[in-house]
Amino acid sequence: MAIIERPSDEVEVVDQSTPSEATPETSYGVFRRPVETTGWKSWLFTIDHKKLGIMYGVVAMFFFVVGGIEAMLIRLQLAGPNGTVLSADKYNQMFTMHATTMVFLFVMPMAAAFANYFVPLQIGARDVAFPRINAFGFWAFLFGGLFLNTSWFLGGGADGGWFMYAPNSSVAFSPSNGVDFWGLGLQITGIASLTGAINLIVTVINMRAPGMSLMKMPIFTWMVLVVQFLLLFAIPVITVALFMLMFQRSFDATFFSVEAGADPLLWQHLFWIFGHPEVYILVLPSFGIVSEILPVFSKKPLFGYPLIVFSGAAIGFVGWGVWAHHMFASGLGPISVAAFSVATMAIAIPTGVKIVNWTLTMWGGKIKFTVPMLYAVGVIVQFTIGGLSGVTHSVAPSDTQQTDTYYIVAHFHYVIFGGAVLGLFAGMYYWWPKMFGKMLNERLGRVNFWLTIIGMNLTFGPMHIIGLQGQPRRMYQWTENRAGDGFFNIGFWNLVASVGSFVLALGVLLFFVNIYVSHRKGTEKAPLDPWDARSLEWITTSPPKEHNFDRLPQVGHLDEFFHRKYEDRGADGHHEFHQVATAEEVVAEEENNADAHIHLPSPSYWPILLAFSLPIMAYGVIYNLFLLLGGAVLALVSFYGWGLEPHTAPEEDYDPPTGTSMEVAAHG
Amino acid sequence: MADTAVHADAHADHGAHHTSTGLSNNKLAMWMFLGSECLLFGGLISTYMLYRGRHSENLGPDQVWDIPFTSASSFVLLMSSLTMVLAVSSANRDDERNTKVWLSVTSLLGALFVAGQVYEFTTFYREGLGFTTSLFSSSFFTLTGFHGVHVSVGIIMLMSLVGMISKNKVVGDKKEVVELFGLYWHFVDVVWILIFTLVYLIPA
Amino acid sequence: MSTATEQHDIHGDEHAEHGLSDLGYIKIAIFLAAITAVEVVFSYTQDQLGAAFLPGLLILMAVKFFMVLLYFMHLKFDSKIFSLMFYIGLTLAVGCYAVFLATLHFFQS
Repeated sequence: MAIIERPSDEVEVVDQSTPSEATPETSYGVFRRPVETTGWKSWLFTIDHKKLGIMYGVVAMFFFVVGGIEAMLIRLQLAGPNGTVLSADKYNQMFTMHATTMVFLFVMPMAAAFANYFVPLQIGARDVAFPRINAFGFWAFLFGGLFLNTSWFLGGGADGGWFMYAPNSSVAFSPSNGVDFWGLGLQITGIASLTGAINLIVTVINMRAPGMSLMKMPIFTWMVLVVQFLLLFAIPVITVALFMLMFQRSFDATFFSVEAGADPLLWQHLFWIFGHPEVYILVLPSFGIVSEILPVFSKKPLFGYPLIVFSGAAIGFVGWGVWAHHMFASGLGPISVAAFSVATMAIAIPTGVKIVNWTLTMWGGKIKFTVPMLYAVGVIVQFTIGGLSGVTHSVAPSDTQQTDTYYIVAHFHYVIFGGAVLGLFAGMYYWWPKMFGKMLNERLGRVNFWLTIIGMNLTFGPMHIIGLQGQPRRMYQWTENRAGDGFFNIGFWNLVASVGSFVLALGVLLFFVNIYVSHRKGTEKAPLDPWDARSLEWITTSPPKEHNFDRLPQVGHLDEFFHRKYEDRGADGHHEFHQVATAEEVVAEEENNADAHIHLPSPSYWPILLAFSLPIMAYGVIYNLFLLLGGAVLALVSFYGWGLEPHTAPEEDYDPPTGTSMEVAAHG
Repeated sequence: MADTAVHADAHADHGAHHTSTGLSNNKLAMWMFLGSECLLFGGLISTYMLYRGRHSENLGPDQVWDIPFTSASSFVLLMSSLTMVLAVSSANRDDERNTKVWLSVTSLLGALFVAGQVYEFTTFYREGLGFTTSLFSSSFFTLTGFHGVHVSVGIIMLMSLVGMISKNKVVGDKKEVVELFGLYWHFVDVVWILIFTLVYLIPA
Repeated sequence: MSTATEQHDIHGDEHAEHGLSDLGYIKIAIFLAAITAVEVVFSYTQDQLGAAFLPGLLILMAVKFFMVLLYFMHLKFDSKIFSLMFYIGLTLAVGCYAVFLATLHFFQS
């Protein structure tokens, strides 16, 4: 059996006078704490934000492929007239699950992956405020996502669209359990998002390194902070809607039944009060990533840092006032429509501010088009296209023509894929060396990028045309005699879009090939600072040590890492930077002055157990009351076990130290 | 003296070990959670307000409410907030015995409130107002049901806390948990303040 | 009026940053119970109150709400950051849901 030692502090100076802060208390645990540092247990019971971030990323990429396959089935069905690849019922399930998977199981967790991994590093912290809750959040997301997708095997996927409008969502129109899986699955992942939000906000507010004021934080951390506030307040709204939907489906409540006197718009309002902040939740992290990458590869600081911070906050705030622009054609009445139309136009302003600031960051800079930079610039271009079509939607009269057509589908794919997803890939290429100690291959990356760009424009570009020509959303077939003639023949453009989706798929496949190729035996280890970066997360090894920083950094500047490498010798407002240290020297300086005592909380099995109780209860709601009760008992036991567990494992959970005098002294 | 002891203890923000703001992580987390709960109960209250008039003629709010009874229930919950504050005050003074006494009284008052709710709901049911009878009844029972579950969870939390104090597990920095459970309890009371007025006292 | 002296007493019991004494809390609780009683009286005298009924009732409700929030929950005496967290949620809730009800013509008689 491997000897599992309490991680040593790896430093010379040992304080022998005071006992370690984490005085072990009487353990009520039946099993010893899972303190392994290697092997599968070190992943299953980890509370380390970096391991959790990687797991979030791996699972998100898995769901990206699932959602992508669902998309390609849709495009196969629509490649020609009278498609027979999918029945109408299967088609409904496909577009519902594609969107639900992409929004909730890919983009959000992928952003969570980066947020979890890098926010503590960017603010100079050793972990998040509540590491066990962090672990719980990941497992809840995984189990919720898997639970949701078991619907495919248990009667069919949800089929009411990702926005699940009533009355389509009721049992009469969606008799299979698909919608139940959808509602309960999203409740579970919602808990993960809510707890994650509380965790990250407290972390950013309370765990910044000395000297790091809020206005010295990297923009990625700022955008993540705004997103967590959006999650904190938006998730409860959809929670209310989902509960009412479940009560309607499971207990015959009539919340959404017009024939019983219900308001036909209740669901839509509740869903979109959540749904609009949700789309900013999707895109803001990528805006943050772009804001990190542009300065590095323009060799210039971010232009207008305070403006970018405030515009991010403004987008977050104003985003609460525009939700009914998703309902312009629902019969709201002219006053509501006008009010929401104006508010929607207003929100284009802070976004425009960002685009301008990004552009001015690059202006006059020494630009290096590495793959991350390509993706970041791609975000600006593609998102702007999507934003422009968005502005046309804000004009309510024209939206009445556009709504429920493929023109809308074009808009949101340009902003989500072009904005959020490209940004996430930018983050992958940018931060890969830091996370894994290897560079992703640049040449392959370039091919990956261009195939992705060509693919996405081939797929979603034509949708503007076919949408304005009148092809409705969510129709499982189109016919020749309604396809039109000449340039606007929707048949032709549907085919182009379908071909485009295959090009896109090829691009994505190449990303996975790149990972494989870059990690083959014999590939070089990445340099410590391959990009000449600017922020705090780069003052670590690659990958970072478990405790992140040997010494908690003292922060004096925005772009602290940059200022440790480069000294400004200019005068009178004119900047002249000279390199005074290499990245290796900066990191070595920290290692040589390492903190004497580094305390990390211990791994735990309660988070995964508590998370596991959630799908059990959810299956119980659908199938069997005893399952529900059983899950509830597991949850209750987990709450108590977790609450009674001390933050660090007691000594006896570790094997005895192998006996250098230094270790013995440190353990007292 | 009691007052100076209060001063001395109140100076130390119990859970705040070296945070950027000097504030306790746990307390910050609790306030954020309560902020998010505003959106939860706001949604349930709004749905109720929308649907309160959608019922059959003889089974509307004006017909079924028993205002004197509900007023008594409300008074009970209000007093439980007082006893909760006294529990926190005792905890800050390191007065373990009174902390447990006041926490137990709070739980008891809470349980009395829940019992009152159960009695009220079963009476409504016997009078013909079930969960699915009308939109008014569905939204009423959903709103008050969610609130009742929150109270019940609170009672379990408070009694567990009494148990933990008895086992000497709530010492030093950990005393903050009494205050945090108190915040949760007060919030649940505050939601009832809204419900009592908006649901019961405003006629159709 | 008794309410005015109660208010004065309450403030007299405050110690700058540290909240109230136990007696102060008891006084607040009595005050809240009194307001609740007034609310119930309002609900029985709606016709006599006329147009003042609804705003009056809502004001009483708000007074109770904020007294529990500021005193029992100590928000008045704690860091403004806690207030910020809670008030953002409260503002978004009141704002969004009021607009939601307004679009459904809830406030039109």
